[in-house]
Amino acid sequence: MKKYIYSIFACLILFTACNDEEFLNRDPQNILLEDQVWENEDLVLSVLADLYNRLPDYQTIERWWEFANFDETFASNAGDYWRHQNVDYGYGNWGMWDYGYIRDINLFIEKAERADQLDSEVKARFIAEAKFIRAMVYFEHVKRMGGVPLILESLEYDFSGDPTYLQYARAKEHEVYDYIIQEMEDIKGDLPDGGTRSRATVGAALALESRAALYAGSIANYGQLTPNVSLPGGEVGIPASMADQYYTISLNASEELMGLGTYELYQNDPDPSENYANIFLNKSANNEVIFAKDFLVQGRTHGFTIDNIPRSLREENTSGGKMNPSLNLVQSFELLDNTFAPLPTTDENGDPIYYENQLDIFEGRDPRLAGTVILPGASFRGSQVDIWGGWKTTDGTLITSDQLGGRGTLPNGENAQLVGFDGPIPNLEWSAQGGFYLRKYVDTSVGSGQRGTGSAVWWIRFRYAEILLNAAEAAFELGDNAKAAAYMNEVRRRAGFPTDLAPSEIDFDRIVHERKVELSFENHILWDYKRWRLAHRVWNGESVDLTNNPGDAEAVSTRVFGLRPYKVYDPGSPNHEKWVFEEFIPTPVFNPHRFRLGNYYSFIGDNVRNANPKIVRNPNQ
Amino acid sequence: MKNSIKYIAGLFCMTLGLTSCEYDNYDEPKLLFEGNLVYQGEPIGVSYNDVYFELWEEGWQTFGNIGVSVDQDGSFSSLLFSGDYKLIIPASQGPFMSMTNTETNSDTIPLNLRGSLDMDIEVMPYYMLRNVSISGNSNTVNADFSLEQIITDENAKGINEVVLYLSKTTFVDSRTSISSSRIGGADIADLNNIQLSTSVPDMTPTQDYVFARVGVRIDGVEDMLFSSVQRIDF
Repeated sequence: MKKYIYSIFACLILFTACNDEEFLNRDPQNILLEDQVWENEDLVLSVLADLYNRLPDYQTIERWWEFANFDETFASNAGDYWRHQNVDYGYGNWGMWDYGYIRDINLFIEKAERADQLDSEVKARFIAEAKFIRAMVYFEHVKRMGGVPLILESLEYDFSGDPTYLQYARAKEHEVYDYIIQEMEDIKGDLPDGGTRSRATVGAALALESRAALYAGSIANYGQLTPNVSLPGGEVGIPASMADQYYTISLNASEELMGLGTYELYQNDPDPSENYANIFLNKSANNEVIFAKDFLVQGRTHGFTIDNIPRSLREENTSGGKMNPSLNLVQSFELLDNTFAPLPTTDENGDPIYYENQLDIFEGRDPRLAGTVILPGASFRGSQVDIWGGWKTTDGTLITSDQLGGRGTLPNGENAQLVGFDGPIPNLEWSAQGGFYLRKYVDTSVGSGQRGTGSAVWWIRFRYAEILLNAAEAAFELGDNAKAAAYMNEVRRRAGFPTDLAPSEIDFDRIVHERKVELSFENHILWDYKRWRLAHRVWNGESVDLTNNPGDAEAVSTRVFGLRPYKVYDPGSPNHEKWVFEEFIPTPVFNPHRFRLGNYYSFIGDNVRNANPKIVRNPNQ
Repeated sequence: MKNSIKYIAGLFCMTLGLTSCEYDNYDEPKLLFEGNLVYQGEPIGVSYNDVYFELWEEGWQTFGNIGVSVDQDGSFSSLLFSGDYKLIIPASQGPFMSMTNTETNSDTIPLNLRGSLDMDIEVMPYYMLRNVSISGNSNTVNADFSLEQIITDENAKGINEVVLYLSKTTFVDSRTSISSSRIGGADIADLNNIQLSTSVPDMTPTQDYVFARVGVRIDGVEDMLFSSVQRIDF
């Protein structure tokens, strides 16, 4: 009998134990639901943070090797030598087709518009920020691919078996630029003015507008030089008649940004080289930075300093010194009297010039040079960097070692150091094979060169000096040389130039040169050379010598050159232990770069064109 | 014994695995498609790895093309499967324009490949190099040639420059040249009598020959037109 009672009891428990409704409708404990997210500002912000985090960059401090693709720097890392040995750039290089990201942004905007639990001002700011990110992403697309389909809402497939209604054709190139410009005008009122540098602000929106309109203007203007880089549908190429209109928009946006008064050039240090280097390192009192990707020690860091710190100063047992700025770039820093000159290594008779100190050869150059590059004999983090290639005797014999700081016997029997602790030694990676180290963005704080800590230097996407140069270029193209000179001189005065440029001295070569030196290693060179249609002329695939005219915008520069300092071995002569310099090509560099017309706009993948037959191919590929 | 049977069985399986491939793979493509890019039977010289045409075959899930690149002397060759292809020279390729095919009334050339095929593709060059003579010694190399303008209607294009290139190997163009000289298009007085000369630089390791050819860059056309490569012995 007991058995039955137990069984009945058990059955009763089973059937009454739970309230099905409640049991089956529990909220998950491990994920947040959409409506939970959209009623809490902090949670929405974390979704937005993910969108910010995915903003693409081509050359950035998280991908140092991309800097070595052009002639700004030599990659002193065996795995990257191929960058100096390939002739052609692939048609697919620097391509991008990220509609997954755009869909995520579109969904964010749609959900934010529907959210009713958020404060209306906060909500407007979130939407404006997402629209800023979307415009950034479209800008990234258009400068790589030309016109792309402009999709501003999330698309849903209806499973009908016919996807044609989802197939959008490419917008005209200028339509994408128009969209970016219009969008920035529309949203800037919803954004705060300053207060943050890692989120969108009025300044960031205007900076994007300034840069995008300048690109559109120069494509319209200089696109005439390459008539075959265009498509009949306008997906690539902008009519020349639109140039002035875009330059005007760019100039106005730049001037509006200047008028905010929120940003100014960084001028905290009396020494101009030090000051220039600190623009990129100082995060606290720096009103030059408009929009940056920020990093934080113990939060998120990067290894740029680990990879690029001078070899003898490194804090880890591996790596260091991977980027060696090229002599091509170093010599394009002009003299303080506003003239250009190659570095004087030999006199008019072809005899070497003897220098007392290594730094003497760089005497009287633009202070930004020492702020961008660690020169032989310069100090970094309080220690002298030891770059020299060996002893050179009067008959030209070289006495050197194949180990950093290697010692040996000199002809007079003396045991001495034969080569610098930082190189250059041919084919020895992770040291100054080209004779220089990078200073820009390399962190000076102790510990930033360690794997466990890493560097928290931020990656600056927009800064005030670029806006001034944008304004100078736009004004120049519109024929207002006086204004162009005024804006450019602001940048040059900060850099440390005592004499201003006269309006009559502003020409296209000056514009190109100023951007090249002020904005080197800031992800500008490729996009600038593309929009000016200079890329196929400067990187034309011919093995030419180093130019003697570094101020010429069209001077061919296809291979990376280096500069080697030697100690003179000539006991008894006054020249003993003085310095001579030699230009050379680092041994891993043996092929020139060639930028083909088909490189102006990246290849759109076959998979994309298979899925959507409305997508037309880019020209010359 | 029991153990060794296991090993033998295992070995047997491995052998089977390694040799089974021939049962489930395709034969390799065997049909040879070769020929030259020609104008009235004369091959057109181009630079290596720069000019290509595309073969498209319909009926595949992913629709891509087979790129066939044209060699320096205008020749090409490709191993293919039998099938019906469509041959197209992309508009931006080569110092020439495509000709309209009579069968398709467009620049697409149908290619029904059933056996090996030797076929020349007629194109319409902007210019042709004529009477090229290149000679020289260990100091200088001289070239004499004339240019005939082929396309003279509204599609005509001017000459950007003519260049004489010297190389150490048989690959001769701007990428490999050790010495070159050029005349800008505006400075050419007489198309029937163009002369170029360039000096022979020191070579390491030394060699007692160089390869030379002349090229023409046409306004707005990326690929240059070249004469045939000539070896010059000192």
